[in-house]
This record gives sequence, structure tokens and C-alpha cells, in this order.
Amino acid sequence: MTDAPDPKPIAALADKGPTAPPRSQWRDVWDQFKTHRGALAGGIVLLFIIVTVFVGPYLWPYDATFIDIRARNQGPSLTHPFGTDQLGRDMLARMMAGGQTSIAVGLTAMLLALGLGSLIGVLAGFFRRLDGPLMRLTDLFLSLPLLPLLLVMVLLFRETLSGILGPETGIFILIVVAIGVTSWMPTARIVRGDVLALKEREFILAARSIGTTNYNLITRHILPNVMSPIMVSATLGIANAIITESALSFLGLGFPPDFPTWGRLLNDATQYLQDYPERVFWPGLAISLTVLSINYMGDGLRDALDPRIRGR
Amino acid sequence: MLTYTIRRLVLAIPTLLFISLVIFLLLELAPGDPMAQVPLTVPPEVKEKMRLALGLGEPTHIRFLKWMWQFFVVEPMMFFDWLFGTALAEGQQRVLSWQFRSPVMDVIVQRMPQTLWVVAMSYVVGILIALPIGIYSAYRQYSVFDQTGTFVTMVGYSVPPFFSGVLVIVIFSVQLGWLPSIYDTTLVVVDWATFKQQLMQMVMPVMVLALQTTAQISRFMRASMLDNLNQDYVRTARAKGLSEWSVIMVHVLRNSMIPVVTVIALGVPSIFGGAIITEQIFKVNGLGQLLITAIEANDLPMVQTVTFIIAVLIVFFNIVADVLYGVLDPRIRYD
Repeated sequence: MTDAPDPKPIAALADKGPTAPPRSQWRDVWDQFKTHRGALAGGIVLLFIIVTVFVGPYLWPYDATFIDIRARNQGPSLTHPFGTDQLGRDMLARMMAGGQTSIAVGLTAMLLALGLGSLIGVLAGFFRRLDGPLMRLTDLFLSLPLLPLLLVMVLLFRETLSGILGPETGIFILIVVAIGVTSWMPTARIVRGDVLALKEREFILAARSIGTTNYNLITRHILPNVMSPIMVSATLGIANAIITESALSFLGLGFPPDFPTWGRLLNDATQYLQDYPERVFWPGLAISLTVLSINYMGDGLRDALDPRIRGR
Repeated sequence: MLTYTIRRLVLAIPTLLFISLVIFLLLELAPGDPMAQVPLTVPPEVKEKMRLALGLGEPTHIRFLKWMWQFFVVEPMMFFDWLFGTALAEGQQRVLSWQFRSPVMDVIVQRMPQTLWVVAMSYVVGILIALPIGIYSAYRQYSVFDQTGTFVTMVGYSVPPFFSGVLVIVIFSVQLGWLPSIYDTTLVVVDWATFKQQLMQMVMPVMVLALQTTAQISRFMRASMLDNLNQDYVRTARAKGLSEWSVIMVHVLRNSMIPVVTVIALGVPSIFGGAIITEQIFKVNGLGQLLITAIEANDLPMVQTVTFIIAVLIVFFNIVADVLYGVLDPRIRYD
């Protein structure tokens, strides 16, 4: 037992602790996102629209379905800032109610398309045996004429589904499923490409060498790494779904007439185009503004999630 | 290259057969009955005969095969007859529309010119506007022109045709009264006045469709130009003392056009789909409007045929895009 003193630590050899507190990846992403002015503006506008649409009806005195036939076809005034329609319903209230449906359809259809797309993309990229058949299926779906098929699907199943689930829920589910089933292909392709590249990396090999099961490999190692392309296609998916729902409603094949959505309001307004042209303006503006801000956010998100750009 | 093209074309056949089967089976589920409009005074046995005359008596697979026979054999024979005055398809059953009581193909041929005029014209106009915008905004990246261009293309992406269409109607027909809001298909161009009228009624639909085309293609053009502008061969070309014009317009542009050309080819069929809404707004009675009315009238043979024709266009232009890519870019070899 020697009780020699511990050698004195040499200052130059000591490990330097990190000077800055640790930063998470999402913090970096947010910092980069903030520098994209368009994306930030888009986010604020979108937030404003969502808050107005979902909170507004609690503050606004008029109901979207309240008919005041004496006050019909009014122009903008203090009591009715957006005017009233041909049955005297307040346009602002209808816009808010319509926005709830349009945004809800956009979000749910996007989630469905994203789920399907990620599932098929991960399966095709991860299991070589499934790659061929699943990618042929994707190609097949990509070569289907989507808008005509959507129209046909909605027309064929609307009676049946609204009979089973009631007119509103039935059509909501029908439209969400129809849009989701016809818009998962781009996500699947992008995810497959990324998974194929990831599969060859060392950390996957390391995970596999310690006996990680395929399920855990996918959920713990693959999915978090393909999150960024999925998020970008999520934003584009919402925009796409909102436009498709509005197009269906505009063609008269969407929600029932007394159930406002932005597309439906636009369709109603076009019938009075000669006399009250200003009425088409608000629903159209709402759709365009929402989609525009989502697209800008997607643009900013793509830059923020790309580590090659983030440092600059 | 030739073997690749042939292989793709052969592979397209099972794809198209499968698509036609999918469309057929989807329509098979349709709840509507084409006999629903027949008066109740018609006795049931006559009704049964009418049903058989429409080809509804057979089981599903027989009807599908019959449709395929009519579409792939009888209709091309009719076309051949029409071209050369022969009588190959004499007495053959053709695909009949339930709402027009006439062959589906005849109606489609009647509607085709309107769609082609408006849609093809807008596609050409859109491309012609998009290319210079894309080239210039890449050349002056981050300039005011580029920023404005990016904003305008974003707007073009985001404003759906059913809003921009209605908006231009409000501005140009309702407020200013310059242009007609309804497309008159009976107009025959014989002299200067009718030509002017035709031009006037085409302005708005073309404008709406061209906005979308321009937004997409100028974006692609810009990205593709930016990829090429920083390449070494551009520096070499400048170092050789070539003029700026020939560096950009000859060296860079020709290389940048490769992906853009394929995008243009891929966009052709989707324009037919997008035109459905525009045709509805401006009351152009083209293919898209035909499809909508057929869907509303439960005219299944018509829906089946028009949808399938659009599918054929999509598959065909996908092949065209891939082959063009290989032809234009010598680095890509499909073997």
C-alpha cells in the first residue's frame, strides 16, 4: 500500500465541458424555421385562421344555420361584417363553421394518407420481398385518374354511408377516406427511398447485431430518422386535402347543402354571381390563404429539417 | 433505347387492363338503376327486354369482357372505317351511352375539340410564360424579380382554379364587362369578327389554367437552372470568353431543360383532370364537363370510357417522360 498522492491533473489535458447548454434537435429546427420569414408569416396566419374558426363561434352571437329571412342578401354591415346569404344566414358564422369542417377534413385526410404512405414506404424499403409488389401498387395508383375516381367514389357511396352513419358523419368519413386513399403515393415513395438509404447505415447494423427485432428496429431507429420527409409531406398533404375537399364541394358532390364548408359556400355564392359578386370573395380567400400559408410553412419546414442548410 | 421503349409499352398493357378492371368493379357497385326513369306503365317483361338490350342481363365478368372487346376491337375498327371508308365494324355492337342513346365514342369525338382548344392552348401559354420566368429568376437569384416570382408561383399553387376562375369572372365579366363568362361552343369561326369572339371567350379559361401550369413549371425551371449554373462547365464556358447570352441560353439552358421536359410531359394528362373544374366554371362542354354530367346522370358506360381514356393518357405520358429522359440525357441508360 503506497500512499503516493494522486498525480496532479494537468490543466491542458482536462476534458472541456460543453460551453453552451445542450440543445435538442428540435430547438435547432425551430431556430432555422424562425429565419424563414415566409414560413413564420404563414404559421402566424394559419394559427390566426384556426383560432378564429374554432374559437370564434363561441364569441359570435349568430348561429351558422339561423335563418333570418328578413335580413337576406344584405351587404357588409356592422351587424353582419361579411353580409348575409339568400336565406339571411350570417356569412361570418357560416365561414367559421365551414372552416371547421374544411380544416378537420384536411387534417384527418392528411393523417390517413400519411399513415398509409409511411406504412407502405417503410414496408417496401425495409423488407426486400415486399418492395416489388408494393412499388408496383404505388405506380398503379399513381396512374389512376384520381379526380374522376374520387367523384365516382363519392357519388357511389354517399347514399349508403349517409344511410348508415347519418348524413354528416357518413359524408365526412367518405370524403376523408376517399382523399386519404388517393393521396398516399408521394409519401410512400419518399419514405421508401429514405429507408433504403438508412438500412445500409452502420447504426442499423449495430442495432441488428445486438438482436433488435424488426419491429423495434423500425419504430426506434428507422421511423425517427424519416420523420423530416414525413413532416414536409404532411404539410403539403393538408393543403392538398383542403383543396380536394373544396373542389368536391364546389362540384356539388361534397357535403349536403345545409352543411357549410368553404367549397360549398363558394359553390352557393357562384349561383348569385351576377347579383352579389362580392359573396364569392370570402370563402375563396379563406381557402387560398390557408393553403398559401400551409405551403409557405412546408417550404420553411423543408429548409429547417435539412441539416445541410441548417448551419448556414 | 428501342428495346426499353418496347418493354415499357408491353408492360403498360397489364397495367391498363388492371386499371380498367378497377374502374369497372367500382362502377359495378353503383346503386343507381338505368331503368329507374322508365314509366311504371311499361310492363315488366318489356322492361326486362330493355334491360337486356342495354347489356345488363349478363354476369359481371361477361360484361367486362364485352366492354373490353367493344373498346379495344370495335372502336378502333370504326376509326379505321372512318379513315379509309371500309366496312369492318359493320353491324358490330359499340359502347353505347345510356343518356345519349348513341355510341360513347361519337360523343367523345364531338367534345374533344373544345377541351383540346382550351386545355392545350392554356398549357402552351403556361409553358411559354413559365420558361423565361424560371430562367431569369435563377439567373438573378434572390433579386426582386426572383422574390416576386417565387411569391407569384406560391399564389399560383395555392389558389384553386374554382376560386381564380370565379374571381376572373367577377372582375372581367361582371364588373368590367369585357369578356363573356360562358364559353359558346356553337360558335364557328368564319371571319374576323367570329375569330375575335372566339379569342375573347378563350381568354379567361386559358388564363386560369395557365396560372397553374406557370406556377409549377417555372418553379422546376428555376431549380433546374440553379443546379446547372454552379457547374464547372459554366465557368469553362465563361473562361473561354463566350458571351453571357450564349453561356446561359445555349450551355446552361440546354442542360436544364432535361428534367423540365419530362415534367412538361408528365403534366399533360393531369391537365385533363384539372380541366374538369375549369370547364365546369366556364361552361365549356368538353370532356371534363361530359364526365361530370355522366356521373350525375348515372351513365356508367360513359364514365367508364372517359375515365379509362384519361388513365391511358396518364400511362402513355409516363412512358413518354421516361423515354424522353433517356433520349435527352446520355448519362441515363436503361439497360
